Amino acid sequence: MKKTHLLTTALAAGLGVAAGAAMSQEIRFMCYSDGNECEVYDDLLTRFEAENDGVDVIVDVVPYQAILENLPVQLAAGTGPDLAKVTDLGGLNEFYLDLTPYVDTGYWDASFGETLNWYRNGDRQGYYGMHSQLTITGPFVNATLFEQAGVDMPGAGASWDDWATATRAVTEATDADFPMAMDRSGHRVAGPAVSYGAKYFDADGNGSFEGFDAFAEAFVGWNEDGTMARDVWASQGGSTYADAAQEFINGEVVFYYSGSWQVGRMDEQVGDFFDWQVVGSPCGPAGACSGMPGGAGVVGFEQTEHPEVVAAIIDFLAQEENYAEAAARTKNLPAHLGVASAGVEFQDASPAAQAALNGFAGALPDVSPIAFAYQGYSGNRAMFGITVERLSQAIVGELSVGDAMMRAASDLEAAMAEAN
Amino acid sequence: MLKILTPMMRIIEVPMLALQRKIGINRLAWAFLLPNLVLFGLFAFLPVILNVFYAMTGGDNVLLADRPDVGMRNFAQLLDCSNHFDPNSCREDKFWRAVWNTIWFVVLQVGFMVGFALLTALILNRDIRARGFFRSVFFFPVLLSPVVVALVWKWILQREGVLNAFLDWTGAGGINWLVDAQWAFGWSVFISVWAHMGFYTLILLAGLQAIPRDVYDAALMDRASAWRTFRRITLPLLSPTMLVVLILALIKGVQTFDEIYAFTGGGPGTATTFIIQYIYERGFAGAPRLFGLAAAASLLVAGVLVVLTLVQLRISKENADG
Repeated sequence: MKKTHLLTTALAAGLGVAAGAAMSQEIRFMCYSDGNECEVYDDLLTRFEAENDGVDVIVDVVPYQAILENLPVQLAAGTGPDLAKVTDLGGLNEFYLDLTPYVDTGYWDASFGETLNWYRNGDRQGYYGMHSQLTITGPFVNATLFEQAGVDMPGAGASWDDWATATRAVTEATDADFPMAMDRSGHRVAGPAVSYGAKYFDADGNGSFEGFDAFAEAFVGWNEDGTMARDVWASQGGSTYADAAQEFINGEVVFYYSGSWQVGRMDEQVGDFFDWQVVGSPCGPAGACSGMPGGAGVVGFEQTEHPEVVAAIIDFLAQEENYAEAAARTKNLPAHLGVASAGVEFQDASPAAQAALNGFAGALPDVSPIAFAYQGYSGNRAMFGITVERLSQAIVGELSVGDAMMRAASDLEAAMAEAN
Repeated sequence: MLKILTPMMRIIEVPMLALQRKIGINRLAWAFLLPNLVLFGLFAFLPVILNVFYAMTGGDNVLLADRPDVGMRNFAQLLDCSNHFDPNSCREDKFWRAVWNTIWFVVLQVGFMVGFALLTALILNRDIRARGFFRSVFFFPVLLSPVVVALVWKWILQREGVLNAFLDWTGAGGINWLVDAQWAFGWSVFISVWAHMGFYTLILLAGLQAIPRDVYDAALMDRASAWRTFRRITLPLLSPTMLVVLILALIKGVQTFDEIYAFTGGGPGTATTFIIQYIYERGFAGAPRLFGLAAAASLLVAGVLVVLTLVQLRISKENADG
């Protein structure tokens, strides 16, 4: 009797576990944070879990490098998470889950507009990604150093040359080490390069470095004459990313060209050390004063066993109230048009941070259509890498600017021939 | 203990005897080797075969079935140069920059390392005070993770690092060590020597201690000078160990990647980009991922390493044969 009872209990327990496993839908979300994004998503998704019985969303927080390097290999091998926060928006399109059957496309069109195109590629023109944080590149300026130097800060419409001249004067008059610094990134130089005449596309719409030479000459020259902090670009190899945020925070750089995602860090780490502000991207000889848009988005992957659930999660995050809460808590510019037009009260943001975010948002209309298209180009990741490698070689004197540009063109041709 | 082991051995004995009866005693060795052979085949031999296939295919797909056959094109692309001594004349200039950087690095690093390791081993072999402590001190960097080594030295050498702070304090003025190509390369060699020297010192120390004491006693009785003793006794008797050290250091030198990648990222420009970093960047870090080109380059490196390994095996065999 006792034996039978035990057997029955064991069977019941086994069946219970099996039934539980069958009912629970475990969803893995690969997430990286510039600030507190993953923490906020985790919190929002707890509400989703409460509304959807049996769904367990696990937010795997990974370094950004894992999103860039490991995720594409995992996806190509047919493994990887169910959804992820990505920045290679068009480049990973072949792996994306098309959300069209699962979401209200009218709402998505009205809410995300043009950014939806960044996730599309070739024949795949569905709905793939919710642009979770819109970014734009632009300069942070140390206003205190300008004040100490008694130099007038260039106003709206000032050119790159105006800023170079002004920041050199500030550096000479103060203890600052460098007039200017720019992140070591192909994305970061794109806006200024467009302002200098870079076309980024040929007549057939393929990637091209046509017109990039003028910016390359100026940029290499600034690195040679000490206008730009040479350390940022010259002390690294390959296409490795490097930023100069710490130098700016330390008060060593007068003008730091980075982007809106750094506002939180500046707000937190500069504190009362000095006054800083965001100004619009300087203008170039081609007439544009463009920054480069970008950011990150949440996408699902085709290989998921639970496409409906994955689509529901992304759609949940895309709902105006959830999106607005995430934008406010993460201090990111909203790509959601409804949220943007209603305005965002960024949580715990100082007046300087609030002004900086408003400054970046105000610079969005100046973004050149070329820069906007370049952000959505599936080959942009290859072009960013080539830009960094070849510009760095020109900066350290391994190649002349002309040779570097010739090599960049041939690298791009070879890369595009190999890419699908 | 025997009481526990004996029944256990009997349990194993039953199936082993059955297996022996089935396949014969001569083939039994294969049965013992099989688990290891399977693991070796799966994790060492199969990847090499796959690498050959990757080297002969193109595109950026990771699955072999989706990759177009390109024959020897990847090798031709790597080797296409009008002057192999001038990377700028090569189609894949970054590969040749990495090749020449690696050659120079190996020559300098191995030369300095073996030299300093020998000197250190000679000193540590003497009856000096706190000999055990100094042996530990020289071996300590070997225990550190390459990334730790790189970060520690980066903090020392960066523009506002410890060394420049010291130079500023002395009034000498700092140098931007990691932005100047020659300084960055020189420091890469130094750090690599510092990090690995202890291992080779230990091998050489063992070699020195294996030299019979009576040979030195005889030299002392003959009033041979210290230099003559070193040249005529120590060096010849240590040469088999020296050769092993040299070949091991050469192989390790060609494989240099992690600590220098974490230290300089291969920069400034490509000044400290070595061949393994080139392979890594082509295959995994860049876009598109050129697995074919990376695989072809890795096969070329493998060829060099196989030659070096064969030399080392031959020397080891000669040593063993006396």
